[in-house]
Amino acid sequence: MRCGDFKENYIKDEEIFQSLFVKFWLGLFLAFLLIFPFIANPYALYVSNMIGFAVIAAVGLNLLTGFTGQISLGHAAFAGVGGYTAAVLITRFDFSFWLALPCAGVVAALAGLVIGIPSLRVKGLYLCIATLAAQFIFEFIFIHWESITHGVRGINVPPPRIGSFLLNTEKRFYFLTLFMVILAVGYARNLVRTRVGRAFVAIRDRDLAAEIIGINLFRYKLTSFAISSFYAGVAGALWVSFIRIVTPEHFPFHLSIQYLAMVIVGGLGSVLGSVFGAIFMTLVPEILNVLSGALVESFKLSSQVFIPLKEVVFGSLIVVFLIFEPLGLAEIWRRVKAFFLLWPFSY
Amino acid sequence: MDILLQVLVTGIATGGVYGLIALGFVLIYKATSILNLATGAFMTLGAFVCLSVMTGAGAPFWAALLATLVFAVVLGLVIERVILRQLIGEPIISVIMVTIGLAFILQGLAHMIWSPDYRSFPEIFPPEPLDLGFAVVPSGLLWGFIFALIGTFIFILIFKFSRTGVAMRATANDQQAALSMGISVRRIFALSWCFGAIAAVIGGVVIGNISGISIYLGDIGLKVLAVIILGGLDSIGGAILGGFIIGILENLAGIYIDPLVGGGAKGVAPFFILVLVIMVRPYGLFGKEIIERV
Repeated sequence: MRCGDFKENYIKDEEIFQSLFVKFWLGLFLAFLLIFPFIANPYALYVSNMIGFAVIAAVGLNLLTGFTGQISLGHAAFAGVGGYTAAVLITRFDFSFWLALPCAGVVAALAGLVIGIPSLRVKGLYLCIATLAAQFIFEFIFIHWESITHGVRGINVPPPRIGSFLLNTEKRFYFLTLFMVILAVGYARNLVRTRVGRAFVAIRDRDLAAEIIGINLFRYKLTSFAISSFYAGVAGALWVSFIRIVTPEHFPFHLSIQYLAMVIVGGLGSVLGSVFGAIFMTLVPEILNVLSGALVESFKLSSQVFIPLKEVVFGSLIVVFLIFEPLGLAEIWRRVKAFFLLWPFSY
Repeated sequence: MDILLQVLVTGIATGGVYGLIALGFVLIYKATSILNLATGAFMTLGAFVCLSVMTGAGAPFWAALLATLVFAVVLGLVIERVILRQLIGEPIISVIMVTIGLAFILQGLAHMIWSPDYRSFPEIFPPEPLDLGFAVVPSGLLWGFIFALIGTFIFILIFKFSRTGVAMRATANDQQAALSMGISVRRIFALSWCFGAIAAVIGGVVIGNISGISIYLGDIGLKVLAVIILGGLDSIGGAILGGFIIGILENLAGIYIDPLVGGGAKGVAPFFILVLVIMVRPYGLFGKEIIERV
């Protein structure tokens, strides 16, 4: 506890920005994020965009898995639904990107509602397997509903535009991504301290008890599924417009696992954690790429060795975090902060 | 009619193999309540180890199989001791994710050691297909089926009649009661992982024989989830019967639904069945009805 930090009512206690100090540093960080595209190279900006999409999807999944306690092994499918919806609306029906984006979210949310229905009958392991099956069924639909999705060839998507200004470079797109990330994180952070957010947590902690104190499980579980898939759909739509093509290969089972890994490594039930997790899990493969490139250069190794290395590192991260730090990066961050709060006189 | 019979026969033969792999899931789930999603990776590793011993050391098939079984026992023991024991009592998502993480590690290691190239198994069974008169069974499938049946039969015998098997069933039933009867639950957990790993690697070797070996061999492991859900997560008999049903339905879908949707129905049919079963009867055909509804 910080010295002299007394909360006199619950509203103060639930505030997001607890002190002037926090506000100052967040302001500084935001300023940095705004200047960043002008000093970074295109590769760094490409990675930042990918991090942005990952943050949106991971925060959404955390609302479902971390806060409501419903496991989804099929989140990439929802991102895919969003991506395809945006692509089809833009190319077939001449929607503008700005209208297609919320539509993508809504359609993904509807898909999430359908997949969420089993969660009312079964939970835990069974829900996990049901969502896993949904992932493969959606993948099948993406490939075989040729008339809409164009099968494995995919759909080319034009970049978003404001008037005649095209968001067709990493730098221009960055600002859109940044805006959406702030919106998504802000909404999630606020949601979890409302009635709905508390209902989610109650369901996670003990569903029977939640039902007894008057929480409508049917409504809140489905709400959670819908919001979470809305996030995934928006992330998918953004991603698709960024890379300007959508194919079934963009939304494999692997991606679902990646999203879950971000949530777990970041910390279940922490919005800030999913942000950390998304950044961390996106950066690690990129750093490995750079490292392996250097190693291949200097030791004349075959680059073949490093492709599976990424998988091994990815798997190890999941296992190591689950065993040694189940609360994830958010907990590490909290401990570091606590350490420096009273440093050097912590006793 | 000929096609239908042929499809049924092929389905039953594939189903036998599915049943064996499903045993890999069920044996572990029954005792420890852990769904081991790394079963597919176990299969891949098993197939590669068997192949390496045969081609590398020039060993005969039975010796290679023995070596693979020893490998499976070690693999199961190490994983149970090093990883899963730390997670006893953790929430379900942790346990599931840890097995998925494990799958990535093992799959990546297999990729590193053996490279992603496709290989075929050396011919160990006579190549002549079996002609039943009304249908023909390809040799790989036939021997795979026989193998799977023998494996399954041995597992059932162990479970039904040996001391260890009885101890395992007791643990699955009630851990506290088992403990008070002097059964070491820890030992049983380790043993279940060994048995599960053995069933998985035999499954891997059999599949490798039928369709060749690559690092993607284990992907079939996810399909087998449909089998165990249909049969009931904790039922050995259910796993076998579920294997046959899924095998037949999958092959039927391959013949009759594929032309309607332009291919791929065979691969996705098990997942449709899975969702249906979970909606209608989540505990499967023979599973214990302990599902808590809210």
